[in-house]
Amino acid sequence: MNRRILSGTHLFQGDEACAEGALAAGCNLFAGYPITPATEISERLSWRLFDVGGIFVQGADELDSLTIVIGATCAGAKTMTATSGNGICLMQECIGFAAITETPCVIVDVQRAGPGTGIATKTMQGDVYQVRYGSNADYAIIALAPESPQEMFDLTVEAFNLSEIYRVPTFILSDEVVGHMREKVVIPEKVKIVERKRPKVPPQDFIPYKAESDTDVPPMPAFGEGYRMPVSGLTHTEAGTPSADYAVQNAMVTRLWNKVEKKVEQLTKVESAYLEDAKVVVLAYGSVARPVKSAVLQARKDGLKVGYLRLITLWPFPDRVIKDVVMKQPKALIFPEMNMGKMIREVERAAGGKTEIIPFSKPGVELHKPGEIYSLIRRAI
Amino acid sequence: MEKHPVREYFRADRAEVPHLWCSGCGIPQVWHYTLKAIEELKLDIDKVLWVGGSGCTGRMCTYWKGDYLHTLHGRPLGFATGAKLANPELTVICHMGDGETSAIGGNHLIQTARRNVDLVAIVINNLNYGMTGGQFSPTTPHGAFTMTSQLGNIEYPFDLCKLVATCGATYVARWTTFHARPVIRSIKKGIQKKGFAFIEIISQCPTQYGRRNKIGDGVQMMKWLKENSVPKKSAEKLSEAELKDKFIIGEFVDIEKAEYGASLRDIIKKRRG
Repeated sequence: MNRRILSGTHLFQGDEACAEGALAAGCNLFAGYPITPATEISERLSWRLFDVGGIFVQGADELDSLTIVIGATCAGAKTMTATSGNGICLMQECIGFAAITETPCVIVDVQRAGPGTGIATKTMQGDVYQVRYGSNADYAIIALAPESPQEMFDLTVEAFNLSEIYRVPTFILSDEVVGHMREKVVIPEKVKIVERKRPKVPPQDFIPYKAESDTDVPPMPAFGEGYRMPVSGLTHTEAGTPSADYAVQNAMVTRLWNKVEKKVEQLTKVESAYLEDAKVVVLAYGSVARPVKSAVLQARKDGLKVGYLRLITLWPFPDRVIKDVVMKQPKALIFPEMNMGKMIREVERAAGGKTEIIPFSKPGVELHKPGEIYSLIRRAI
Repeated sequence: MEKHPVREYFRADRAEVPHLWCSGCGIPQVWHYTLKAIEELKLDIDKVLWVGGSGCTGRMCTYWKGDYLHTLHGRPLGFATGAKLANPELTVICHMGDGETSAIGGNHLIQTARRNVDLVAIVINNLNYGMTGGQFSPTTPHGAFTMTSQLGNIEYPFDLCKLVATCGATYVARWTTFHARPVIRSIKKGIQKKGFAFIEIISQCPTQYGRRNKIGDGVQMMKWLKENSVPKKSAEKLSEAELKDKFIIGEFVDIEKAEYGASLRDIIKKRRG
């Protein structure tokens, strides 16, 4: 099996589909530490990567794994690591380092029930804040939430592309249900791959952290190419020189923030149905979208004017799509989440108090049932 | 005017030039020793990556004119491993402080030594955490005074060379900043060794450790390092009591063994036929 793109129709677990997505996207180094429910990603890549000439490393822990990934990216590799929420806790220091050094990498979080060790084999959506805000101070990341094994493949490819375009750590925010579920996965003959932007000027004219005029993203050479690249976790000037000046800090942090947050329109991916005449809109992301769709379809069959909006891009948060929904003046939004109510705060902020928002929180382990959501829809209408 | 020989390798545009280290510090000496080794081996500056962590020693790489990766406190070896695996053509040299290496980065150290990754790890052991104001580290001698052991250190120090030797490093040596030629020779050997090379250099920190333990300034501390160094051969004849507070110097390991990156490439070759 020395093909990078395993085109064809497969019965894959979400985790396996994610591994195949990484290979199709051109990943050539993966480092990860075993952790339920993400281990299958490591297991598959531990032989598949060698088959395509890539490198698999089993890290000594999650910190070790992400340091290896970041170092490899700086030397020219396309990289990924995979873990669960507990592992993300350990990776936070490195996530901030990847953010300040603008090192592309894909980080897969197959969420499990917590807090703490929680329940390793059960699902939750508890990590939506820790992937966005977990490391110290201000930076931006991208996070995508797949709802199926097919999307574990598709969005992993997408995550690699976005990570390279924006030079940010990009998360696949999956969960145990999606990671362990087996479903049909169709892998196409070809996938769209975006390669890292390289400097167009010779080394003597290269300014390492000067963004190209049309974007906030500077081109990135690899170590060993003669660009004498300074990479540091210290606040730095465009030349890469460490600095403690306000002006330098302001320019750097603003750019790190804006290069993602200001591109929210380009980054927003959602799926929706029946929004035109919907009196009630159910919001969802990840595995919870599955019972939501089922409940909404049933409700529509029963003549209830309800629609759904599934967030695929969680970060940067797509305020505009929420505002568009609210503009149509629905009676209520229903938001089932497998946590105590996290993304609902973003929705409330974007909605600006203009509509009633009904939370439906479950702290993981058990996915929402279509019947439960259906009852809420009936009550809200 | 003749050009300074270091000029070609030194980032003179840095804000903290000539450098940020205190007067009498041993770190710039090791900077120079590393440079001598690179120069004597006639390495291409564009194929030598310097990696550092965070702290006084970690800053060394930020003055290197070639590619550098200035990383997290205690974790440079992980980053260095990734870079070396992604581009085996690079000579990767890590400079690390004693505190970050043996405390927060202890796992990175033992795992990288065990994997036997083709890196040069140079630990500058100045017996305390210097940048934060001189606190005791896992290599601070028992009884020594630091800002967090003001009544004398109750802990006992690591023997880092023994530790990495046990973990499987292929080259292990210890010197002090006084031993210029042996240090340069060891760094050259480390660069040429296909595997994990570990060089511990006991160094003076006159601002913190020297002052609090009444050893004196940079020069007096180097004299102290010289007087308290015992070559490996001589140490074999001395008792534990006689070796108390001495620094045993020399080469401890110099072996050949399968290197991690080479083993990975072998597997790839086998799988791809």
